[in-house]
Amino acid sequence: MITLKCHAGIGEVVEGEALVAADDFSARYDLDRINGVFSRPQHKLFGQSYVDKILVLNTSKGGVASAWMLHEMKSRNLSPKAILFNRANTILAQGAALANLTMCDRFEDGDITSLITTGEQVRVDPASGLVTVER
Amino acid sequence: MKLNEEEQAMLAGELGEPKRWALDHMLKVGAMFDAADLVPVSQAHMMADPESLGDAGVGFMEELAAHPAEDRRVAVPMITDPRGVDLERYRPLGQTEEMADLERRFIAACSAMAILMTNTCINYQTIMPPVQGEHVAFGDTGVVIYCNSVLGAYSNFEGGPSALAAGLTGRTPRYGLHLPANRRATKRFTVRHQPGELTDWGVLGAVIGKLSGSYWEVPVVEGLEQVPTSDEVKHFGAAMASYGSTPLFHLVGITPEAPSLAAVGGEGLEAIEVSEQDLSALRSSFGAKGDKVDVVVFAAPQLSLVEMQQVADLCAGRKIHADTALIACTSPSIYYEAQRLGLVETIETAGGRVLEGTCFYNQYAREIGEANGWTRLLSNSAKIVNILGGYGYKPALASMEHCVASACAGEIV
Repeated sequence: MITLKCHAGIGEVVEGEALVAADDFSARYDLDRINGVFSRPQHKLFGQSYVDKILVLNTSKGGVASAWMLHEMKSRNLSPKAILFNRANTILAQGAALANLTMCDRFEDGDITSLITTGEQVRVDPASGLVTVER
Repeated sequence: MKLNEEEQAMLAGELGEPKRWALDHMLKVGAMFDAADLVPVSQAHMMADPESLGDAGVGFMEELAAHPAEDRRVAVPMITDPRGVDLERYRPLGQTEEMADLERRFIAACSAMAILMTNTCINYQTIMPPVQGEHVAFGDTGVVIYCNSVLGAYSNFEGGPSALAAGLTGRTPRYGLHLPANRRATKRFTVRHQPGELTDWGVLGAVIGKLSGSYWEVPVVEGLEQVPTSDEVKHFGAAMASYGSTPLFHLVGITPEAPSLAAVGGEGLEAIEVSEQDLSALRSSFGAKGDKVDVVVFAAPQLSLVEMQQVADLCAGRKIHADTALIACTSPSIYYEAQRLGLVETIETAGGRVLEGTCFYNQYAREIGEANGWTRLLSNSAKIVNILGGYGYKPALASMEHCVASACAGEIV
């Protein structure tokens, strides 16, 4: 098990399976939110389901719609359990705050997309700024 | 976060539930970004289309709007970004009654809170542009990047919930671009190939946004030989914000915070040249001559009155191909002017459609694409072709002139 330290984030303690890519994120640009999959052909996670995953990505991009969209996705139980970024933008943090979706960023040990591997079990404690990975 | 007496009263619920929610929301967001306190804002602008809101978001707004009038009313002037449904014209687009009902419910909730339904992403051209140094809480990335960069206002990207919190309280957490230190340049770009028409400006903005790559980078650009028009820099900024999540840029000798490179701290930065290959690589990823076109879209951002005239002039005396749709999206105030001046009629006579108070990509783009059999989309907006790939479209990019010519030919010319 390893423990990774990050900036204090938003939301509750959650555990789940990691889905990782060295790519960016926008709920508007990248997702088919009806079916819960990445739908942008150019995205490294194209075709994969994000539902109930701990998403691990580089940064957030694109427009402001993602803020409402996280709330909407969570209301239908078709959202990730948490999103970890190297660096979140303001929109995703604001959306996480409304949706009560767990979100953390700024990891002390470097690029989070290379520190966690898809399929690993991850526990996120946003208040303490700690992410533990079982291995 | 340090709160004054009035803010503590808001947080305690003494000024009603909507303000309590807003304070709580701002504390969460402010903590993530290490805000020391709240900063007063003079205006708020909220992005909230029904596709993004869903039933959950509309329900959330209705709950806030159900509180007593004195509690729910916004504290500073608050305006809205484009709607997702043009209630006068949605049926021919294939939008459903369910979509329209969500829109109607949302409008009723906003109206109860005294939010002005301006339905525009070009408020800096049409409503009340902020002045240099004015703190505002604007949504829509294109609005924010324009107001920060061109006008020198201070705003973060405020998603709908945060813009609403700002509107209800007249404050926003002081972090990001509300702090002068974060407005200094972090990346320096040199332009050698001068942009011409609107799409060139969009492509240049897109390339710089892509190379900047994060909300926390501030590009400074040297080498532009011509001061852009408001429409040109609108496309430049909207594309940059779309590709890079970039909220602020400086143009040396042009934008107000950058009379010189030194003024934004750009001297010590390594200069990155924007090459012709960078520009053509971005263009070539979108469509090619001879490809069929299902729908030609002018939107993202909404058209100014000047752009409406340009589209109308290009449409005058021509006929849009029977298998191709042409859609132009503008704000309600510009629509009124364009109608009064005969521009709407000219576009419609050619077979085009003008939508009022919406923008194509936030009006259920996936569903209207499926309802109308639209996949091959052509636009002069570098922003919209970036967005719509994820919505099942095959987007292509061309100048406004080529877009109209292609709409008439039914294929990219």
